[in-house]
Amino acid sequence: MGFGDYFISALFLQAGYNSALVAIGAGLLGLSAGSAGAFIFLRKRALVSDAISHATLPGVGLAFIIMVAFGSDGRWLPGLILGSAISSAIGLLMVEWITRKTRLTEDAAIGAVLSVFFGFGIVLLTVIQTMSSGRQAGLENFLLGSTAGMLISEATTIAVAGAMAAGFVFLLRRPMTLVAFDPEYAATTGVNVRNIDLAMMGLALIVTVIGLKIVGLILIVALLIIPPVAARFWTNQVGKMIGIAAVIGGLSGYVGAVLSAAHAALPTGPIIVLVAFGFFMISALFSPLRGGLASALRHQRFQRRVHRRQGLLSLARREPIYDGLTIRILRRAGMIRADGVATARGRIAAEKAARDEARWAMARRMLPDDSTIERYDGLTPIERMMTPDQIAEIDRMIQNAQTTQGAKA
Amino acid sequence: MSSAKLVAESGKILDVASKDAPLTVRGLTVSYGNKPAVFSVDASIPAGSMTAIIGPNGAGKSTFLKGALGVVPRLSGEVRIFGKLFEDARDRVAYVPQRASVDWDFPARVIDVVLMGLYGSVGLFRLWQARHREQAMECLKRVGMSDFAERQIGQLSGGQQQRVFLARALAQNAEFYLLDEPFAGVDAATERAIVSVLKELKSEGRTVVCVHHDLSTVAEYFDRVLLINVRRIAEGPVETTFTAENLQETYGGRLAATHIDELHLA
Repeated sequence: MGFGDYFISALFLQAGYNSALVAIGAGLLGLSAGSAGAFIFLRKRALVSDAISHATLPGVGLAFIIMVAFGSDGRWLPGLILGSAISSAIGLLMVEWITRKTRLTEDAAIGAVLSVFFGFGIVLLTVIQTMSSGRQAGLENFLLGSTAGMLISEATTIAVAGAMAAGFVFLLRRPMTLVAFDPEYAATTGVNVRNIDLAMMGLALIVTVIGLKIVGLILIVALLIIPPVAARFWTNQVGKMIGIAAVIGGLSGYVGAVLSAAHAALPTGPIIVLVAFGFFMISALFSPLRGGLASALRHQRFQRRVHRRQGLLSLARREPIYDGLTIRILRRAGMIRADGVATARGRIAAEKAARDEARWAMARRMLPDDSTIERYDGLTPIERMMTPDQIAEIDRMIQNAQTTQGAKA
Repeated sequence: MSSAKLVAESGKILDVASKDAPLTVRGLTVSYGNKPAVFSVDASIPAGSMTAIIGPNGAGKSTFLKGALGVVPRLSGEVRIFGKLFEDARDRVAYVPQRASVDWDFPARVIDVVLMGLYGSVGLFRLWQARHREQAMECLKRVGMSDFAERQIGQLSGGQQQRVFLARALAQNAEFYLLDEPFAGVDAATERAIVSVLKELKSEGRTVVCVHHDLSTVAEYFDRVLLINVRRIAEGPVETTFTAENLQETYGGRLAATHIDELHLA
């Protein structure tokens, strides 16, 4: 069976019970990572989760050494997860403590904790390689992740823990939203900001330690951050953003695990991250809401409307037009002839534009606090913003003003 | 004691006035690092009043509010809200932070921000219902922003952002409103809208405190002032306390005598 065939069959869970379970586990891990990461991204603390994940390494090493000392082969996953959770919790609390109690900023604290813990972990791994007992082979997989030879019990643990973490995100979504948007206000409404922050980072910690086996500690931060960043392109609402981030994370985990299982030499973590990056690229380019393509198009269309309006107003004031783009736009719309003189259609449109400008000017004077005026972008046809009655009223006011002025003159 | 003198000025007896007053502060000190931003400030805000907190930049006006509400840790001092600890009177208080204190590119619509004011009453687990939305829309209408409910907050002007913040506080339906520089950098229409809402609140018997920086509008908008420059300089009704001497003491040399003349003080 070739790579492609295997990939297709694995994608639809036809490649055997074991790899199906691994793929589902990776999917649920991605789901929890994406949704928890959404709040970490909104709270602008992505790098804290990087410190957390690097701080797992000494825990993995120490847990291995302790388990070997008690006579096991040192590879029992729950034991390693517990060890990594403890050491990364210590790392997290140290970042918190340094930021709160010293004058160092958070980024300095992150840099210090990340490098010291990771360095210590590497030293421990080196020591472990020289140990005579225990089964050291495969420990280095915790750096970049691997699904090869994963036990069913391990995949189940990851799937269950991932689903639980996602559930926690759902339960805490309101206080976490409030703290991410406006922590000072949150504090006055009775939200314990520090505890919510710790819960947020605790979720990152859970995702990190259950993701050690599949994604590895170096790249787990990518699975926390890329899905929400990609999701942000699609929506302006927190709730939807979390959902989309969860879906992107889940799909990345699932597809990435299947891809890497199809080829034993591929490390799982980097593949998952690359799949997530694919989703990011698609979102950044093609999202109709905030994507690059749509933004560029919207900007161009807006610029053309501005030029058209400016051109028409110049026509109405019988001023010459020099701007090349303005001339092209008016020409194409049949508003002016090649020599720059307005066509009949152009004259009508120009008069209308000038009349609308005068109407808005009058409206601003009459109702300075009206929200219609606040919403006006300077280009939308007046008929789409006001009722015919309102427009007629404004026209009456303009006429009155002209009569009084005429009388004065 | 200076507070006793103040109370005599406003014609009330200290104990009666302060017992269940919306805000009573004794010796509040807040410091960033080892430099007090607010030092041993006493204040007593009577119910139904509209008070401006005034002082130069960096004088600790905002810090005083945050210290009183426990947003920043207190070094010393006692705070009572309606005679109770803040924790026990929280649902009677609404705070409007400075507009610039948040990232307005946050993924939220205007209505979502106002709904945040209802988190307390909705609770952790229940879903939004139609009546919560109606309540939020009602608050947006009061600040003249109901047409903007579905807008992304990043598309709002500064004044509109400020009004959304006020609407969120209105959704809390509190008795005591504390606003941090609500008029800073807003357009004239917003200023009018906010003032009229604040006066409405006062006419409903609620209490309003604003950190305020525009001395020329103090007498027009407020009935009491609290002058702060790290220490409390003076507190009391606008007519008796918003005086040239007190302002000179608050602002020191930073307020030119000509400026004070232009204020047409009592």
